[in-house]
Amino acid sequence: MNSATAELRQDAAIDVRDLHVRRGGKPIVSGVSLRVLAGRVTGLLGPSGSGKTTLMRAVVGVQIVERGQVTVLGEPAGTPALRRRVAYVTQAPSVYGDLTVEENLRYFARILSAPRQRIEEVIRLVGLGGQTKQVTRTLSGGEWSRASLAVALLGEPELLVLDEPTVDVDPILRRELWQTFYELADAGASLLVSSHVIDEAARCHELVLMRSGEIIATGSPDELLERTSSAELEDAFVALAEAA
Amino acid sequence: MSGTATLATSARVLSQLRRDRRTLAMVFLVAPALLTLFKYIFDHQPQTFDRIGAPMVGLFPLIMMFLITSIAMLRERTTGTLERLMSLPLAKLDLLLGYALAFALLAALQGTITGVVAFGALDVPAAGPDWAVVLLAIANALLGMALGLFFSAFATTEFQAVQFMPAVLFPQILLAGLLIPRDRMPHALEVVSGALPITYAYDALAKITADDTGSRLWLDVAIVTASIFLALVLGATTLRRRTA
Repeated sequence: MNSATAELRQDAAIDVRDLHVRRGGKPIVSGVSLRVLAGRVTGLLGPSGSGKTTLMRAVVGVQIVERGQVTVLGEPAGTPALRRRVAYVTQAPSVYGDLTVEENLRYFARILSAPRQRIEEVIRLVGLGGQTKQVTRTLSGGEWSRASLAVALLGEPELLVLDEPTVDVDPILRRELWQTFYELADAGASLLVSSHVIDEAARCHELVLMRSGEIIATGSPDELLERTSSAELEDAFVALAEAA
Repeated sequence: MSGTATLATSARVLSQLRRDRRTLAMVFLVAPALLTLFKYIFDHQPQTFDRIGAPMVGLFPLIMMFLITSIAMLRERTTGTLERLMSLPLAKLDLLLGYALAFALLAALQGTITGVVAFGALDVPAAGPDWAVVLLAIANALLGMALGLFFSAFATTEFQAVQFMPAVLFPQILLAGLLIPRDRMPHALEVVSGALPITYAYDALAKITADDTGSRLWLDVAIVTASIFLALVLGATTLRRRTA
């Protein structure tokens, strides 16, 4: 290994080697190898059922894997020390519906030993300032997901794994959330964001395309356009999927 | 494990309960109401009520906490909050003790209210001290909680969880000696009842009722305490950091 690749290794927030996952006897992820760069927003794109969530769960360390290596921030995925450094937001918002937004944040902040003022900061970051005293169950779908995202931001994680974080979010707020993602990346955090919406792909620094449990392409949006001689990402995805 | 996370979890569980006023009302009112009903249906057979009145004060919390815990844990599993907690720096013991503390408080309140009604208004006779019945009620509530926690792992829907109550608790209550003394049951059933924790919970209550504070009482209490820990340990094994 020469010094250039050694440096690259260090820069990987996530390093997946030949990952295989089966759920209910069916292969869901088949031989995935992937490196996600630190300090970047990486988009994980693919149709539903392509294995995005399972791959993310393996990165967070909550997925039982068949074989393969998943290294996150230099440690094996799921290592106790990573529980403070990695935050995961599932697609279905996992906050307590019968608590207010503030009560949810207060609880998770105490578990993460996050300072109290961090609660106000994350509320501002996800734009829920007007809903802090509202019982989470009564929020709209988009607001509920943002409450779940707010919990993930509490501990100022080095790696954020977000499963479809902007579903049901209106366009203005979506733009603001992406601004937040860029700011987090600028501050050194790494983000792995899944989506099945093409227009979100263009916002990512790097893209990973999945299909049927395999990775069919990786690269920046510009690289993928260039490689497929396409003008639109959608066309690029179709070309890459057909070639795979 | 940390005291902060345990206390934070208790506070969170209590906040959730506080918001569910109807459940709280039922937790506090159903037991005294049923006990009153028992008193009057045995109006012409007071010796039966005299025998089972005090033990019932001590057994109601067990049933209630079994139900509440199994539904609460099932919700944690189905809404993804358990998965989130398991990906955070929270020890399993923090979660279990957090629940135990919150429910012990609830059981203490329920036991006291039921005890006040039973011993104050319904003249339930207990030769032993009334507070001992309330203490046993709290211990039984923890046993119910621990059993509920364990069995909730085998339920995937709330319909199933609710039916674990008749499936798991009713046979134990029938065999405990409440309806008919154990030595008057067929030998095989008497042997089976000897292996069930509620038998000892009932026996301790019956001993207090008869003011028989001999060594058998302490053996009963020891077995109930050991059962609580055993069920909690079994319950802890159902909390998984990694799932399929």
